[in-house]
Amino acid sequence: MSEAPRILYCHCAYAQVVPEEVKAAVLHRLCASGVAFDAVADLCEMAARRDTTLQRLASGGAVKIAACFPRAVKGLFHQAGADLPADRVEVLNMRTLSAEAVCQSLEGGVLTPNLPVEKSPAALAAAASRTKP
Amino acid sequence: MSIRDQSTLRVILYEGADAQPLDSGGTYAVMRSLLERGFAVTRASLGGSVAPADRTELLVLGRFAGGHAPRLEDAQGRVAVESLDITGLDADAVAGRVESQRELRGAARHGEWRPWFPVIDYDRCTNCMQCLSFCLFGVYGADSAGRIDVQSPDQCKTNCPACSRVCPEAAIMFPKYKAGPINGDVVTAADLGRERMKVDISALLGGDVYASLRQRSDDAKVRFSKERDEKKALAERQKCLTKLAQAGDIPAEVLMSLPPPDEILRRAQEAKAKAAAALQAQTTT
Ligand code: SF4
Ligand code: SF4
Repeated sequence: MSEAPRILYCHCAYAQVVPEEVKAAVLHRLCASGVAFDAVADLCEMAARRDTTLQRLASGGAVKIAACFPRAVKGLFHQAGADLPADRVEVLNMRTLSAEAVCQSLEGGVLTPNLPVEKSPAALAAAASRTKP
Repeated sequence: MSIRDQSTLRVILYEGADAQPLDSGGTYAVMRSLLERGFAVTRASLGGSVAPADRTELLVLGRFAGGHAPRLEDAQGRVAVESLDITGLDADAVAGRVESQRELRGAARHGEWRPWFPVIDYDRCTNCMQCLSFCLFGVYGADSAGRIDVQSPDQCKTNCPACSRVCPEAAIMFPKYKAGPINGDVVTAADLGRERMKVDISALLGGDVYASLRQRSDDAKVRFSKERDEKKALAERQKCLTKLAQAGDIPAEVLMSLPPPDEILRRAQEAKAKAAAALQAQTTT
């Protein structure tokens, strides 16, 4: 049986882009559940500092991340030199999902990977032209 | 000190064996109070798993037996571990103690800088270097492989997403921006059309936003020299800049804080030269 994914919660402390009530409800429920989890004040701030903490958070197996848009979260970890394994990460977007939907997914344990993986046609073409002899 | 030269103190809220768990309201209050102050916190309990340890120092908080924090030591001697008993402390008092520990260790201080900076979507980026060429503040550079790189995120001007408007591939995100696709939302065909239009707007301003800026600034200078009332002059300057701000979504404060025109010119040339060198390196590798 595969292990339940870890949980990482981002508090988005330095902006009001994640609705306050969603953040509060998700954190509340995580605390009440008794489950172990990692929480960070602000993934953006850590990525800007290339904080090695992100490498620790990216390693250690499957993880569900409650934060914002999957494309942004992928980019932030990459920029910090801590690539997330696309097949073992699900990002739950607290900017668009209800607290109930985020909590149900966190508690459900089933991981549905959702990081974007496809390169755009323009990026593929540019990469191909750079590798031409 | 650069924002990159700092380590983070990892705080563990321990509610496992040999410690009395907090009630759920207490756990929430402590977690929230620490997160609001910028700490990374792991809640360790009997169920579930967390990220593995690295060499980061650990500060373990708990309501330990007898109200005494045990002496903790990493069995492999690689990680410094400190423990703190929080029996009877409220959330604010806990955060105060953690803050003192952070200071004592010279670990990263949080909250002094609002994290606003570009994040590149390398799945979309074509490495055209237009962003490097555009930014006057030295945020961008090229890495050793000639790829665009956000090298000085803390030089970025808060709330200014102008470079994302310049990117022809909608590959520049500001995760704390209000709207998609700049905030990281999925890029649609319509977004790409819109992004291109924004670049056309800057072209309408004379092909070069900074050239236009210089012109406006020079014009303003002439007007200001004739203007005795400083307040009126400031209002006039603000009016001049508002139009530009709207065109590029650049906050007026950013435009107001731009250096004098000759310095803008010098920086613009420097940025263009850096971009040209990076493009040249791409073609020769
Ligand atoms: S990753 Fe998203 S949720 Fe987290 S701090 Fe950045 S913008 Fe906020
Ligand atoms: S302007 Fe956009 S596509 Fe060009 S290098 Fe910058 S991020 Fe990449």
